[in-house]
Amino acid sequence: MQVLQVNNLSKSYGKTQVLKDVSFSLEAGQVLAIIGSSGGGKSTLLRCLNFLETPNAGEILVNGKPLTGGTEEQIRQNRLHFGLVFQNFNLFPQYTVLQNITLAPALLKQGSAEQIQQKAQNLLSQVGLSHKADAYPYQLSGGQQQRVAIARALALNPEILCFDEPTSALDPELTGEVLRVIQNLKNEKNTMIVVTHEMEFAKQVADVVMYMADGLIEEMGTPEQVFEHPQSEKTRAFIQGAQKF
Amino acid sequence: MFMQISWELLIGFWENLKIFILTLAFALPLGLVVCAGSMSGFSPLRWVTRGFVWVIRGTPLMLQLLIIFYGPGLLFRLPSLGRFSAVILAFAINYACYFSEIYRGGIESIPKGQFEAGQVLGMTKQQIFFKVELLQLVKRILAPMSNEIITLVKDTSLAHIIGVYEVIYVGQAFTKKGLIWPLFYTGAFYLVFSGLLTLLFGYFEKKLSYFRG
Repeated sequence: MQVLQVNNLSKSYGKTQVLKDVSFSLEAGQVLAIIGSSGGGKSTLLRCLNFLETPNAGEILVNGKPLTGGTEEQIRQNRLHFGLVFQNFNLFPQYTVLQNITLAPALLKQGSAEQIQQKAQNLLSQVGLSHKADAYPYQLSGGQQQRVAIARALALNPEILCFDEPTSALDPELTGEVLRVIQNLKNEKNTMIVVTHEMEFAKQVADVVMYMADGLIEEMGTPEQVFEHPQSEKTRAFIQGAQKF
Repeated sequence: MFMQISWELLIGFWENLKIFILTLAFALPLGLVVCAGSMSGFSPLRWVTRGFVWVIRGTPLMLQLLIIFYGPGLLFRLPSLGRFSAVILAFAINYACYFSEIYRGGIESIPKGQFEAGQVLGMTKQQIFFKVELLQLVKRILAPMSNEIITLVKDTSLAHIIGVYEVIYVGQAFTKKGLIWPLFYTGAFYLVFSGLLTLLFGYFEKKLSYFRG
């Protein structure tokens, strides 16, 4: 079943066009990895999906329904279809790990206090951090903070969970714990879009790989197609560059 | 005699305290208004506000005090505000401008990611401000605010210039009777009060030290 459809999405900052007529779709339960050089439009695409940026043209459909409307309230509702995990975690420093997870569901009145607490506890054990429930973000390692951020995003049951370079701010030895969490989420059939520079991870976890360059989808296909048999010259150069070592 | 003079100075210092409290009561919220103006997306309002802040911060408070006290009468033949009201008006405007810049610095120093994290979690702007940003803001501005507020304690003596009865006014009156020590003694009132404020702000800082960022 198709959960996400993006039609002719375009975004410019002044004269610079960062997204040029981007169209694609995503099936429920699939993982889409977006790869490409910096400045290629990957993050902008994610930010448009999460309504942190307003596209100049195009439409976004979730479960066949276009997400339209310009009022603040409509945009807020639209955002709830998506979750976003940031490169820099962006946990709320004054709240404990558990409070970080329960804050939004409580504000949005998604159940009783006990239900919300219980769910947050479950999510924490899912990311392996039950013992850190009462810690403050500064007391955690980067990898742990990112796992909390993932639990926080999951607490709102987004239909599509997006990751914006989730391991780029981490020390190399900490990336594994975050990638394993994402792998587990895939096993539980979560629909996800992951912008990443981790080529091996993209190869193993993604169902679909998208290579973006200069605001365009240069190539899209299964990991095998994109990594082993790239059709475009640009893709080939990028893949080779990434594997040079 | 010591008790008598202490009492008289204390009555004088009560005027300083009144100026201090009323200035804070008006300037803390007014600073928010000025801050909103200087961060407005509407550029004419932003530049007018910033120009105003520049003038107020760029000229002596004593001059502003004199102009507000004498200006209306001499320029427009309006009745005078009264000494005490003129002091409160001048102080409130002056300190609101200083506070507004501290607020602005604090707001701008909070990482944009905090706001965006609130947004993607479906919070409203108000929820993000009150539940996510406000406490971080308070923590960030606490030190500069305590500086400014302690400066205000001592600035209250400027009211002297337009003849407001306050502690130094009282102390100075004793010099005409040949006594210098009451003037030194006035300093003790400032020291004790600013010492208490230092302790208070230290307590707040400690209260907020449970998190970082």
